[in-house]
Amino acid sequence: MITRLLIERLDARAIIVVAVLLIVAAAVPALNLMLPADHPLHVPTYMVALFGKYLSFALLALSVDLVWGFAGILTLGHGAFFALGGYVMGMYLMRQIGARGVYANPTLPDFMVFLNWKELPWYWYGFDSFAFAAPMILLVPGLLALAFGWFAFRSRVTGVYLSIITQAMTFALMLAFFRNDMGFGGNNGLTDFKDILGFDIQVDTTRAALFAATAAMLAFWFLVATFLVNSKFGKVLVGVRDAESRTRFLGYRVENYKLFVWTLSAMMAGVAGALYVPQVGIINPGEFAPANSIETVIWVAVGGRGTLVGALIGAIAVNFGKTWFTGALPEFWLFALGGLFVVVTLFLPKGIVGTLGDLFRRRKRPVDDALEPQPAE
Amino acid sequence: MDGRALGSLLYLDGVSVSFDGFKALNSLSLVIEPGEMRAIIGPNGAGKTTMMDVITGKTRPDDGVVVFNAETDLTQLDEAAIAELGIGRKFQKPTVFESHTVADNIALALKAPRSAFRALFHLLSGAEKDRIEEILTTIRLAGKRDMMAADLSHGQKQWLEIGMLLAQEPKLLLVDEPAAGMTDAETAATAELLRDIAREKSVVVVEHDMTFVRDLGVKVTVLHEGSVLAEGPLDVVSADHRVIEVYLGR
Repeated sequence: MITRLLIERLDARAIIVVAVLLIVAAAVPALNLMLPADHPLHVPTYMVALFGKYLSFALLALSVDLVWGFAGILTLGHGAFFALGGYVMGMYLMRQIGARGVYANPTLPDFMVFLNWKELPWYWYGFDSFAFAAPMILLVPGLLALAFGWFAFRSRVTGVYLSIITQAMTFALMLAFFRNDMGFGGNNGLTDFKDILGFDIQVDTTRAALFAATAAMLAFWFLVATFLVNSKFGKVLVGVRDAESRTRFLGYRVENYKLFVWTLSAMMAGVAGALYVPQVGIINPGEFAPANSIETVIWVAVGGRGTLVGALIGAIAVNFGKTWFTGALPEFWLFALGGLFVVVTLFLPKGIVGTLGDLFRRRKRPVDDALEPQPAE
Repeated sequence: MDGRALGSLLYLDGVSVSFDGFKALNSLSLVIEPGEMRAIIGPNGAGKTTMMDVITGKTRPDDGVVVFNAETDLTQLDEAAIAELGIGRKFQKPTVFESHTVADNIALALKAPRSAFRALFHLLSGAEKDRIEEILTTIRLAGKRDMMAADLSHGQKQWLEIGMLLAQEPKLLLVDEPAAGMTDAETAATAELLRDIAREKSVVVVEHDMTFVRDLGVKVTVLHEGSVLAEGPLDVVSADHRVIEVYLGR
């Protein structure tokens, strides 16, 4: 039963994606650690960190694609869940610094000493243990999404209105996290991390391990997402996207379906944020900026909304372009991004993957037509 | 529960709905017997679609009684609960899942537990596959099972939607203008299809097309300004001078 369930849900595309990700997870760290620096195939450490960052963005894009591409919920606030996951990881990393901070306070992070706080706020308790922090990476974004979704979907807020309130949510969180008395480092956020799980966060081996963990995590969530969209649940979601009232009149409680996928997607985004933070070394309220969430939607649109692999390709391609552009022609990046969105919307409405899929199918189409006689009606 | 609803499948009494002061339904009363097929006609704005909205839980009436199967008060339930009770609805504009195959459209409509959790781990059983084939044959789409619903013709989409209703195994089907935009041949085929369905289920058809209503050959209810103007066989109703005045005469 379970094997049949797994086999029916997996498709060739998912197996290829997972295989590629697992190969990358092993190969990139190997090429970084095992080859001498002057070897032509050597991957420099800064590249490992850079691609690790892309992969965490790919996971964020996957989470957005799940709700936007399949359930039709255009989220403009997924950056909030990403940032919350990042802050959870940041809190754990802050507590790992211990007495090695500038003020050498064994419990209080530097910014709290600086603010003259005498004791740790209650919501920082437990974060010195990874066993506590790890579930929080899922729980904090998940609970926010659950509460938000419960109200929004039950009152049947859809379309532009829903997009706007998701945007308002991330904006409100950004303003809150900017405040020093929130206890999350205000403007500066959390940084100066030293160790993760007892390993020095700066050394090549740790960076390589973080990269491998990110790639493996992306592969895992890709499988989860594939399982979901290929199930009857996924088909109902697409039904909700295409004809919500039809789904309702068939007897499906649309709000429950939306709430489930929304919450799951927020957790994915949280994991992405938690993998992002140790690789870039900082988390600050800027991650909540509405523009970040909008950019994520662009990645998905470029790659191909409603195709899981498209989200990965879009996130990696656009961020690769961003890195190149901001290095070569820094002042033109935003124009290029805006132009890209216009071009994709006008000429590639199905994104890279969707358009390639159509081309592939069109080549096959004449055969199908020949096989099936058209009845005269 | 209202005693007068006894023995009826659907019982509406004194149902009123108003939108911003406009009375879409004005003390509408209507009784559908189990196994009955009924045609509902009326000019635009007579309240046909609002009536469907009230029965299926999309709109809450301001006043009045809506009882299903002589025991269930529909005004307290939402769309999903009413659908589960056994009321299926076909929209005026064909509404199918365009990016699913024809067979998947039927599969999603098949009577089965609707919970999200069950849907995650659902596997299509052999019996369900047989049922899908059976319905595809009934709606004349067996050869198109793997086509995307978006690629169907207008008439075929209408049939697919009727097929989805059948898959739900409802006790009562509400069908809104099934022949709209169809060719004459398709219209005749649709009338035949509905008559087939009506052998086992109750059907309420809202329709503008008089030829189609004549093809159905059933009792007709004429709506006007949100209430029932006349009721009876088409020939009797169409001879009623008030009906001619508001509807047929124009």
